[in-house]
Amino acid sequence: MARTRKGLIAAAGALSLAALVLTGCSGNNGNPLSNDSGSKGSSDTITIGSAAFPESAILAYIYADALEDAGVKTTVKANIGQRDRYIAALKDNEIQLVPEYTGNLLQFLDPKATASSSDDVYSALQSALKTGGDKLDAGKAEVLDQSPGQDADSYTVTKKFSEQYGVTSLADLSKVKVPLSVGANPEFATRPYGIPGLKSAYGVTATLKPFSDSGGPNTLKALLDNTVQLADIYTSDPSIKANDLVTLKDPKNLIAAQNIVPLIASDKASAKVKDTLNKVSAKITTAELSDMLTKSYTDKQSSDAIAKAWVKANGF
Amino acid sequence: MNSYSQAFAWLAEAAHWSGPAGIPQRVLEHLGYTGLTLVIAIAVALPVGLFIGHTGRGREIIVPFTGALRALPTLGLLIVLALAVGSGILAPLIALVILALPPIIAGAYSGLESVSREVVDAARSVGFTGSGVLWKVEVPLALPLIVGGIRSAALQVIATWTVAAYLPLGGLGRFLYDALPNQDYAQLLAGSILVIVLALLVDGLFALIQRLVTPRGVSAGRTADIRTKTQSPTRKDPSWLAPEKA
Repeated sequence: MARTRKGLIAAAGALSLAALVLTGCSGNNGNPLSNDSGSKGSSDTITIGSAAFPESAILAYIYADALEDAGVKTTVKANIGQRDRYIAALKDNEIQLVPEYTGNLLQFLDPKATASSSDDVYSALQSALKTGGDKLDAGKAEVLDQSPGQDADSYTVTKKFSEQYGVTSLADLSKVKVPLSVGANPEFATRPYGIPGLKSAYGVTATLKPFSDSGGPNTLKALLDNTVQLADIYTSDPSIKANDLVTLKDPKNLIAAQNIVPLIASDKASAKVKDTLNKVSAKITTAELSDMLTKSYTDKQSSDAIAKAWVKANGF
Repeated sequence: MNSYSQAFAWLAEAAHWSGPAGIPQRVLEHLGYTGLTLVIAIAVALPVGLFIGHTGRGREIIVPFTGALRALPTLGLLIVLALAVGSGILAPLIALVILALPPIIAGAYSGLESVSREVVDAARSVGFTGSGVLWKVEVPLALPLIVGGIRSAALQVIATWTVAAYLPLGGLGRFLYDALPNQDYAQLLAGSILVIVLALLVDGLFALIQRLVTPRGVSAGRTADIRTKTQSPTRKDPSWLAPEKA
C-alpha cells in the first residue's frame, strides 16, 4: 500500500510538473501558478488532495474513482496534512479538488462566522468563498452540493444513560440531576460548542474531563465505564454504532454543521464534474461514512480499496 | 525572544497563581505524583539492585530486561494501560514506575559492584555475616551511587509525568496539553519552564543528599581522585606529564 501511495504521489508530482510546463508553454502572461479564469483547460487532469486522516483520503479516492468513471482524468494526492496545508495547495493550484467539512472550512475562511445549522453554514460558506480573503482569493474555488453525511463533534451518551434519564436531546439534559462530566479534548473547556455553550444554550452545567485523543479509545472507555456521562465522539466514528451509543440531538444548533462537501477550483468545475460530484455527495450519509471507517479502522483496508468498493456498489 | 517574554508575562499573571488550576496546585500535584512514583519504584527496584550487586547473580537476566524497559514509549504505554485500568492515576503511575526502575536498579548494583573486593573480603575476615557485609559495609559505601540512581530516576519521572495530562489528570502537563489545541504558545512555554525549574530544584536537592550520604572515608578518596591516582595512563606515560597541570 505504501508503495502504491508513493507511486501515486510521484505520479501526482510528475503530472503537476507536466501541467506547469504546459501552462508555461501556452504563453500565459505572468506566474504560471496563478490560476485566473483565463488559464482554463491548460490541463484536463484534476488533482485531488486530502487531509491526513483516513476519512478524508477515502473521500478523495471516491471523488477520483467517480470522476474517472465519468471520463475525467484525475490524480490523487492523499494525506497532504492539515487544513492550512491543503488549502494553501489549492491556492497554489497544486490540487484542484479536496473533500471538506462545511463548518470547519467556514471557520477557517472566516473565524468570526457564527452560522451553525447545515443550510446557514453552507450559504455562509458560499459567500465566504465568493468574497475571498487571505486564505483563498475571491472566486478561486467553490463548493458543490453538500452531502447529508457529517463528521461533526457531538455529545454522545450510552444507551443505558439515555434510557435511565430519558435523554435523547441536549435539551433534556437540564432535568438530569446527577453531576455531569464530559470527556472531550482540552479545548472543549473554552470553545463555544463546548462547556460554555452547553451552559448558555441549554442551561446545563457540566465539568470537562480532558482526554487528548479526539474521541478515541480512552474517551470511549471513560464513557462506557461511566467515568464521564457525555463524550465528544465524532459523528462518523464507527464506535457509536459498535457500542450502541446515543448521539444527543442538538435542536439549538450549538455544534456547527460539518457536512461533507467537495471544494473545487472554479476553473475545474465543468458541468460534467459538478454533475458527477453532486451525485456522489447525495449518497454520502453519516452511516455510509461510518461503515467505510469501520473498514479502515477494524478491517485495515486501504482508503483506495474502500473507495473503489463504495463507488462500485453505488453504481457510478 | 518574543514568545519568551510572553511566557514570562503568563507566569507573572496573578490569576495563574491561584485556584484549583493555578500553578501552586499543579506543582503540588506534580510533586505528589512524582513522590508516589519514586516511593513505589524504590520499593521495587532497590531490593532487586542490591540483590544483584551483593550476590552477583541475576545480572544476565535483569540488566537486559531493565534495558528493554527503558525503550518502552511512556505515552504509548500510558494509553494502552488506561484502556485496561481506566483513566485514573493508576495507568500513568504504572507507566512512570516502569520508567523509574532501570536507573534505580542500575544505581544499586553498580554501587555495590564499585565497592572494592578487598574491603568486602576484609569485612568477611573480621567476622561480618552476609547481611552484615551488605548493610554495614557495601550499602554505606555504595550510597552515593544508589542515591545517584534515584536522582536520575527522579529527573526522568518529573519530566515525564507531563504526559499523564493526556488523560484527565492534573500536574504540570495540564498546562502543556491545554495550551496545544488552542495554540496558546505563551502557556505552553510557561508550562515547560515550570517543569524545567521544578526538575532542576529536585535534582539539586538530590545532589545535596548525595553529598550528605557520602561516607567520610569515601569522600576523602572520591572516584575522581581514585581515577587520577591509579587508572590514568597519562600519569604512567612520562611524555604526557609535561602538559598536564599539577
